[in-house]
Amino acid sequence: MIDRTELWIIIICLGVGSFALRFAFTGLVGDRQLPDWLMRHLRYTAVGILPAIIAPAVLWPAATGGNYDAPRICAAIVTLALGLIWKNVVGSILGGIATLYTLQYLLT
Amino acid sequence: MASSSVKSAYRQGIRDGAPFILVIIPFSMLFGVLATEAGLSVFETLSFSVVVIAGAAQFTALQLMGEDAPTLVVLASALAVNLRMAMYSASLTPHIGGAPLWQRAVAAYFTVDQSYAISITKFENTPDMTVQEKIAYFFGTVTPVCPLWWVFTLVGALIGEAIPASFALDFAVPITFLAIIAPALRTRAHVSAALTAAFLSLMFFSVPYNLGILMAGVGGMMVGASVEAATQAKTEAPT
Repeated sequence: MIDRTELWIIIICLGVGSFALRFAFTGLVGDRQLPDWLMRHLRYTAVGILPAIIAPAVLWPAATGGNYDAPRICAAIVTLALGLIWKNVVGSILGGIATLYTLQYLLT
Repeated sequence: MASSSVKSAYRQGIRDGAPFILVIIPFSMLFGVLATEAGLSVFETLSFSVVVIAGAAQFTALQLMGEDAPTLVVLASALAVNLRMAMYSASLTPHIGGAPLWQRAVAAYFTVDQSYAISITKFENTPDMTVQEKIAYFFGTVTPVCPLWWVFTLVGALIGEAIPASFALDFAVPITFLAIIAPALRTRAHVSAALTAAFLSLMFFSVPYNLGILMAGVGGMMVGASVEAATQAKTEAPT
């Protein structure tokens, strides 16, 4: 169960922090040029952090007590493959969910 | 004369942002559903979307709260996901940096993946736009996207309370993130960053307080940046 105080701390700090990131340059820095190395790292934040979050969730899902789960792994592979080929985000999600439910139904 | 060109820039922004309605509706509904499944009330869920207004960061926070990660780790990870907003801000600065402060502040709140991507493409292709036209265009792209993010979070939250737990919704976040990452794997640098991060995250799985995720993410960024630098050095070197 999620603690209420903690939840509101997260909502408010995340809101303030996200605004600060968005306002950092348009609002405060103005037209100053940023160092290249910093921009180069910022370009890879999404493809760095998101895979780090999901890799353990795909291989060792908490819902199955951390055990390898074939329907979840297949669903992940199908979603990734659809996304790579088709580049349609919503379509890939639907394909992944369909795979998950079909295999869960067949294997149980 | 000036005001009519500003109005037409705003209208064109709305037209260019409209196709993203199809993406925003299912995403915000999914957040609403998952947040209520995780135990948030309808009001808390809606507040989350209004205050933070950043899909990937909201899903990250939700996932980590569900794993009982410490508050600081939840915040650090979700803000790390949002670091790209600083990059958006930096790249919009030459275009809208000349607007009044209050307009820049409102624009900052509404800087999301969609409004940024549409606007920066437009600004770079039409360099003769004035600052007022650019700001108007930016707010145009926001108009069909952001209000729907709030509204359909609410719809999702109301529906979510009616969905039974047997739906394996725990896996909706990984599936959503995979679908977001896949089209972003455009270059060798992006692929290297993603693979490194995933691998390191598995290696660091037992690091306490979910800190392994941050360490792996930073590792992925460093690899992506150095592969990019190496690729650039190669193409720029005289042959």
